[in-house]
Amino acid sequence: MKRKLISVFMTVIMGCTLLAGCGSSGDSAGTSSGESTVAMENNEDAETETKEADTKEADTDGDQTLTVWAWDKSFNIYSMEEAEKVYQKDHPGFQLEIVEVGWDDMQTKLSTIVGSGNYDQLPDILLMQDFAYQKYCITYPDLFQDLTDCGIDFSQFAEGKLNASVVGGKNYGVPFDNGTEIAAYRTDILEQAGYTVEDLTDIDWDRFIEIGKDVFSKTGYSLCSVQAASSDLIYQMLQSAGVSTWNEDDTPNLVGNDVLKQCVGIYKTMFEEGVMAITNSWDEYIATFTSGKSCGVINGCWIMASIQSAEDTSGLWQITNLPSLPGVEGATNYSNQGGSTWAITSNCSDFDLAVDFLKETFAGSVELYETILPGAGALSTWIPASESSVYSEPQEFYGGQEVFSLLTDFAEKTPSVNLGVYYTEANTALATLLANVVAGSDIDDELKIAQETVEFSMQ
Amino acid sequence: MKKNKLTLSKKQNLTGWIFLIPAMALIMCLSLYPAVKALITSFKTGAGSNMRWVGIANYARIFKDTVFLQSIRNCIFYLIIQVPVMLILALILASILNDRNLKFRGFFRTAIFLPCATSLVAYAIIFRSLFATDGFINTVLVKIGILDTAYNFLSHATSARIVIIIALIWRWTGYNMVFYLAGLQNIEYSVYEAAKIDGASPLKTFTHITVPLLKPTILMTAIMSTNGTLQLFDESVNLTFGGPGNASITMSHYIYNQAFKGVANFGYTSAMAFVILIMVAVLAFIQMKVGDDRE
Repeated sequence: MKRKLISVFMTVIMGCTLLAGCGSSGDSAGTSSGESTVAMENNEDAETETKEADTKEADTDGDQTLTVWAWDKSFNIYSMEEAEKVYQKDHPGFQLEIVEVGWDDMQTKLSTIVGSGNYDQLPDILLMQDFAYQKYCITYPDLFQDLTDCGIDFSQFAEGKLNASVVGGKNYGVPFDNGTEIAAYRTDILEQAGYTVEDLTDIDWDRFIEIGKDVFSKTGYSLCSVQAASSDLIYQMLQSAGVSTWNEDDTPNLVGNDVLKQCVGIYKTMFEEGVMAITNSWDEYIATFTSGKSCGVINGCWIMASIQSAEDTSGLWQITNLPSLPGVEGATNYSNQGGSTWAITSNCSDFDLAVDFLKETFAGSVELYETILPGAGALSTWIPASESSVYSEPQEFYGGQEVFSLLTDFAEKTPSVNLGVYYTEANTALATLLANVVAGSDIDDELKIAQETVEFSMQ
Repeated sequence: MKKNKLTLSKKQNLTGWIFLIPAMALIMCLSLYPAVKALITSFKTGAGSNMRWVGIANYARIFKDTVFLQSIRNCIFYLIIQVPVMLILALILASILNDRNLKFRGFFRTAIFLPCATSLVAYAIIFRSLFATDGFINTVLVKIGILDTAYNFLSHATSARIVIIIALIWRWTGYNMVFYLAGLQNIEYSVYEAAKIDGASPLKTFTHITVPLLKPTILMTAIMSTNGTLQLFDESVNLTFGGPGNASITMSHYIYNQAFKGVANFGYTSAMAFVILIMVAVLAFIQMKVGDDRE
């Protein structure tokens, strides 16, 4: 009898531990010694999950709490927290529960949640990359709520930025940060080679390569750097001339796209001449300009947060526009990379509250933008905010340049392009193309392969 | 009398089934149900939640997918090179560490097993920084004088694949060694002593005693390693990002990219996942047939 009791007891315990292990993502087979800790962790997970579920329930009870998903603590989440403070002044009961969700995790989560139909797992508000907006609106038509007639004045946002979140003439989001392209250079290194930032302003890529070669031979520094697994720089070049990788009918425009071919050629030359360093990962990329291998950065203006992480180089950096494509009609020195938009999901517990919150903050508070601009470098796309005096304050890190008014000026001149629903596929295909071209393959052959790869993905 | 016997066997059967129920229930709802769902999904296609039936079109499509075919080639490359090297190394290490006269046996066993207690992502990232252009390996090779300038291991197709293989061997050799050590415990130690008295060299002992007697264990590790290599994911994602180009991308990595990075087509990705399943099953079947001693 005693034995029976014990065996029943053991079975119950085993059952419980197994159930607690349900959340684990497999691969616990490896270590028998590790299993008990795995089970414990899972128990903890389960506890936090129930807590989350509790707060979720509380949301629907009419108290003013909204859940937000966003990535980047020092940028997006910081801005959201400031927005919460602004809104709390008039709405003391209001609260945000901000969950940090990385962009990669966000994609996995959204696909899983929407794919399985468990919409109640969604937050009230989430941050969405501009380049993925069209994709999510079209592939998951009931993910975001239509905001067109909700009372937010969308005409007060920069048009190029707003287009990202407009699908079929309807607004699906409140634009947030700006990804205006900048070129930042180390003035001390350029000086060693006999150049100033003025020499790199309003130039084209041919001149950039000339200067770059000179700087490289004199100082050993490259003039810019990129990450191998992406073709962002190519996209930035294309947008500066208003050229898209898509035709009017949304078919890929890679083969026979002369501007694209020219960009790839420039990319290859820059690498071969030492003008541009290619790194394997994002950390290595950041390290090229923070710990000295590259004396320039060309990217969206959000990269300034990374540049500024090298505090010992304060005052040595200056910002200007990026080189233009030589001999291309409509070429400018202005482009864009990234940027994001706030969306209200179909699971929002209190749609009116969420709309009112966004309306009073990101679409209506100069004060908010005045805080987050110097605090995080979050450049507004809400036009009334750019008239604030904070924008014309000189920035010490950039040698006293009035960086933010400069960026606002750049943003206005940036051509708008269609990034397309299949942006990620095209970007990956072009990244493969770049890797192969740098390794010696023929550009035309690779363009053909890239075109086929993208067309295949679109089937 | 008869009646009693029947109840006893019934009773025993019942006990057996009761013990099976928890495991069966878990397998049903955690493995079988999702697998069936995935099989159904693999006959549909469409972007995101706009799915429609297409029959076997997804499976036909796989053979036209150049990137997926490339990822199959990559996985087979890893399989052919990494699995034999790793298993032979594990076997050698196991027979060395099985020697009772060896001092600090416990220490060496633990040290060699330890890598497989590390997190897959963490070790992949560490290998990435080890093999970076300004990483530890390059610094050492340049200092010793083997290389003149740092070599960018991860930006060349062959070297990127080799880095993955080195990482895999480091991570999994100890794991397989433990199976062999366990297997070796079942071999009577006196057999080795007898061989020693008969004047058999260590190599002879290894090839004529250890390997034949360990055959079932070797078969099991071979199947597990094949299975693991075909499902390789973390190393490709975190160490090389599948690059340069798609030179080191694995099947699971490509499926993940297709499902979660771009415009999701879960129908097509499920079909690709089933192709991996079929490959694993076929390879395991062949290995079991080859390793089967029964006539």
